[in-house]
Amino acid sequence: MLAIMKRDFRSYFNSPIAYVLIGLFIFIMSILFMGTIRNGTAEFSSGFATMNTLLLFILPILSMRAFTEDKKQGTEVLLLTSPNKLVSIVAGKFLAVYAVFLVMTAFTLVYPIILSIFGKPEGLLILSSYVGFIFYGAVAVALCVFASALTENQIVAAVIGFVSLFFLMVIDYLASLTGGFLGKVLTWLSLNQRYQDFSQGMFDLTSIIFMLSFVVAFGYFTVRVLERKRWSQG
Amino acid sequence: MIEITNLTKSYGKNKAVDDVTFTVEKGEILGFLGPNGAGKTTTMNILTGFISSSSGTVKIDGFDILEKPEEAKKRIGYLPEQPPLYMDMTVNEYLDFCADLKFVKKKDWKAQKVDIMELVKISHVSHRLVKNLSKGYKQRVGLAQALVGTPDVLVLDEPTVGLDPKQIIEIRKLIKALGKNHTIILSSHILPEVSAVCDRVVIINKGKIAAIDTPENLSKKLSDFSRFTITIAGPESRVRAALQEVYGIKYLETQSGSAKDEFSYIVEADKDLDVRKPIFNKLAEHGYPILELKSLSLSLEDIFLQLTTTETKED
Repeated sequence: MLAIMKRDFRSYFNSPIAYVLIGLFIFIMSILFMGTIRNGTAEFSSGFATMNTLLLFILPILSMRAFTEDKKQGTEVLLLTSPNKLVSIVAGKFLAVYAVFLVMTAFTLVYPIILSIFGKPEGLLILSSYVGFIFYGAVAVALCVFASALTENQIVAAVIGFVSLFFLMVIDYLASLTGGFLGKVLTWLSLNQRYQDFSQGMFDLTSIIFMLSFVVAFGYFTVRVLERKRWSQG
Repeated sequence: MIEITNLTKSYGKNKAVDDVTFTVEKGEILGFLGPNGAGKTTTMNILTGFISSSSGTVKIDGFDILEKPEEAKKRIGYLPEQPPLYMDMTVNEYLDFCADLKFVKKKDWKAQKVDIMELVKISHVSHRLVKNLSKGYKQRVGLAQALVGTPDVLVLDEPTVGLDPKQIIEIRKLIKALGKNHTIILSSHILPEVSAVCDRVVIINKGKIAAIDTPENLSKKLSDFSRFTITIAGPESRVRAALQEVYGIKYLETQSGSAKDEFSYIVEADKDLDVRKPIFNKLAEHGYPILELKSLSLSLEDIFLQLTTTETKED
């Protein structure tokens, strides 16, 4: 598991992809942050909302290679015929993307630091926002990695990831449209709701468990997809 | 070492591998021969655990590949047709990664890496990126990958495809050397390659085993001159008379006369007697030159083609 994670993580930084995506992320964030400073507020909650939206574009592109690249290069055989369990292969792939995500997130720590120099941001609020963001990121990464296991084409993987994340984003809106039982189910599934709890300083353990179970579920789906391919593939 | 029993892999109605059974003994080099699309790669993919079979079992050193995959896979080194290389790594990094992947102990790995690189002769390219290597070197790095963790069994899918003749000879030598302490399954669609390297040959076609034998037994038929045609210049009746004096000839038939005083004969002799020399001497005595002499028994190529074409007719 660690071997795969290390290799993939390094590979993201050996290619321009991690630099371009992290650079883009920081660039957009910084432009918006300038606005925050000009307003003279020490409030960063809008920053988190933007970060969340940016993930919609960045994570599908970051994760699209996770499994498709191995299929294209033929290295899938190496992984699947090694004495590793499928679960640890999937976990390794997930952790590599997630580590890149964490590096990217670490760069944004600079904003609260700047804010605390000039004003008095609410430390706990920012901390709980970060916890929420990191767990939300884990769900999004797990989903996008799952998407990359579904297909051999990177673009298709990215599109599936994007659409699924988009669906998660608008799920509250859909819930309010449908109403009734379906509405309730959709609201229950809503990650946004839970994420917003965090960004309002509500540190809720059940939400964390909820998000972690999402990660585990998509990890399990990924394993199943790979397993099923072994039966159908030539 | 390797037991394959009633292995079948079907895609819908199509059977890529159909009821294949054979075993490979420890230390044996087994050749897997068949035309393209015969099911060689599928069989190898199943026995290395990359894909699953529809039915049948594969056991590596007693461990079932589906029931005890980790144990079985530990004992296999697999070089697929396209070597599974990460282009963005150096040879060193790549082999280190493979060692991690195969749980090779850190303290053993250093010495093992040196040995492997020496063996496949890639020490001098160890710091280069895999993507910048030539096809021959990529193949060697792929082979090095299969050797990581000193597995007992090596599965090599067309290891010499796409290499130049010199590289082919080198890789063959290497495989022969490896055969001393590994059990090897090697696939190929090139006959001489298999007979040069392997102890035993499995001929597979349309997913079914067409023949299993040693290359010696298969090529014995090549040198079997108990039945042949011979073309001789000289009047038919006199030539026949001369031939019939040769000891060991059981059957003689004039087949055709192509030109004036040139006749072809079909000759059958005792199985254990090589009558070619006596025939030559006898005819030389009478002054009738031999223009052509051709075995009527099947060559390895003929066997191969016949096995594969009769199957086609059945369809």
